[in-house]
Amino acid sequence: MGTQMHDHIVKSYDEEQRRLLDDILRMGAMAASQLEAALDVVDRRDDKAAERIVANDEAIDALEHQIDHDVMRLALRGPLARDLRTILAALKVAADLERIGDYAANVAKRSMALNLAPPLPHTRGIAALGQLAVQQVRDVLEAYRDNDGDAAQRVRNRDAELDTLYTGLFRELLTYMMEDARAITPCTHLLFMAKNLERIGDHATNIAENVWFLVHGEDLLPPREKRDATNTA
Amino acid sequence: MNIMTRLDTVQTPMKLAARGLDFHYGDFHAVRNINIDIPEKRVTALIGPSGCGKSTLLRIFNRIYALYPKQVATGRVLLDGENVLDAKYPLNRLRSKVGMVFQKPVPFPMTIFENVAYGIRHHERLSKADMTARVEEALRQAALWDEVKDKLSKSALGLSGGQQQRLCIARAIALRPDVLLLDEPTSALDPISTSRIEQLIEELKQRYTIMIVTHNMQQAARVSDFTAFMYLGDMVEHGTTDTIFSNPTKQQTEDYITGRFG
Repeated sequence: MGTQMHDHIVKSYDEEQRRLLDDILRMGAMAASQLEAALDVVDRRDDKAAERIVANDEAIDALEHQIDHDVMRLALRGPLARDLRTILAALKVAADLERIGDYAANVAKRSMALNLAPPLPHTRGIAALGQLAVQQVRDVLEAYRDNDGDAAQRVRNRDAELDTLYTGLFRELLTYMMEDARAITPCTHLLFMAKNLERIGDHATNIAENVWFLVHGEDLLPPREKRDATNTA
Repeated sequence: MNIMTRLDTVQTPMKLAARGLDFHYGDFHAVRNINIDIPEKRVTALIGPSGCGKSTLLRIFNRIYALYPKQVATGRVLLDGENVLDAKYPLNRLRSKVGMVFQKPVPFPMTIFENVAYGIRHHERLSKADMTARVEEALRQAALWDEVKDKLSKSALGLSGGQQQRLCIARAIALRPDVLLLDEPTSALDPISTSRIEQLIEELKQRYTIMIVTHNMQQAARVSDFTAFMYLGDMVEHGTTDTIFSNPTKQQTEDYITGRFG
């Protein structure tokens, strides 16, 4: 846990920082909801809902804009130490959340392509991968909110599980495609979805590293293992 | 290891050091048991709230306090290993080795040339040509030469505040000191003059060991290599400027530099 901070002598400084934190948490909650909704429409084959998800991505982008502005205002105060790390981390976390939102929208978009073909049994693997990705995003946002470097480190370590799931799914889909050429189109969409979810995990990991930076400064996190072996599969 | 604490802490020789240094203004214990090493040809910033003892510490380093009765320093201040607080250490020698510049520029009411030559005459006997060369050298090093070279015989009081401050720096470096003590040198200056002085500090550290007292955190972060935070006469934290301003160790330091109640 981070140390208990005193208030700034200038009260509006604390207000602006609180606004920044709120905006980031709101953006994170939106990205996580978008992701959950996207996984849901893959399951339900609901084109209308998928369209809504794609449209909703704009709101996340708008929040990133707002956060950039919040950070610029705070930078004018000449922040130092913890205050300096706060704005540096905020910029990066917002960029990661924006990417997570994009990937969620992309999953929704591909679900519409998937719906052009008859239902496939292979979407179950996507659901499992997706659930883990959602969990990672939710957990890292909690670590960010609580200034909890240890929780962030746990999120980062758990990314290996996501990579393992992704590698397994990748091989599975490859096998389907080899067995039946008609499965190539839907399985390709599923592969891209899987890749999107795996990338979401990477962005959650980036956020975890920024939470660590926020709490511990430039002290580096211990090295971690990587298990995405698809490039050699 | 914190990647920033590596920053040239290892191979820099120490120029100045305080050992068990205490200072009293009469009954008031203004500086308490200070131990600090000041590396050569680096800028060390002293920060802390008003009354924390940072200016006092600077004043001990060249024994200015000795002008006043009831002001007593105990402990040691080592300049190249010699204790300058020792009564046997000649004050003249100390003042020529450790120059000081104050918050408000204090040009003498004489010509620009004489302002710089005055201190030199006090310490050395130079020929007219040598003196002219030495004054020019000091004014050039203080980045003032181009602005004053055509009016060296005019009164220094006609210069702007920023120019007057650089004149005071020229006066201090004319003695070719080892150490420059700057006590809030830009707090009375506008941003342009402040930038000029900060640029000057960057150039001067090639030759001199510099200590600067400043109330401006950003300035300390910009110009210094090392920073020491003082509070109520104690040295709370001393480290590389990168560490102090990005991730200080002590909560008191963090609270002070981020503008929070401690």
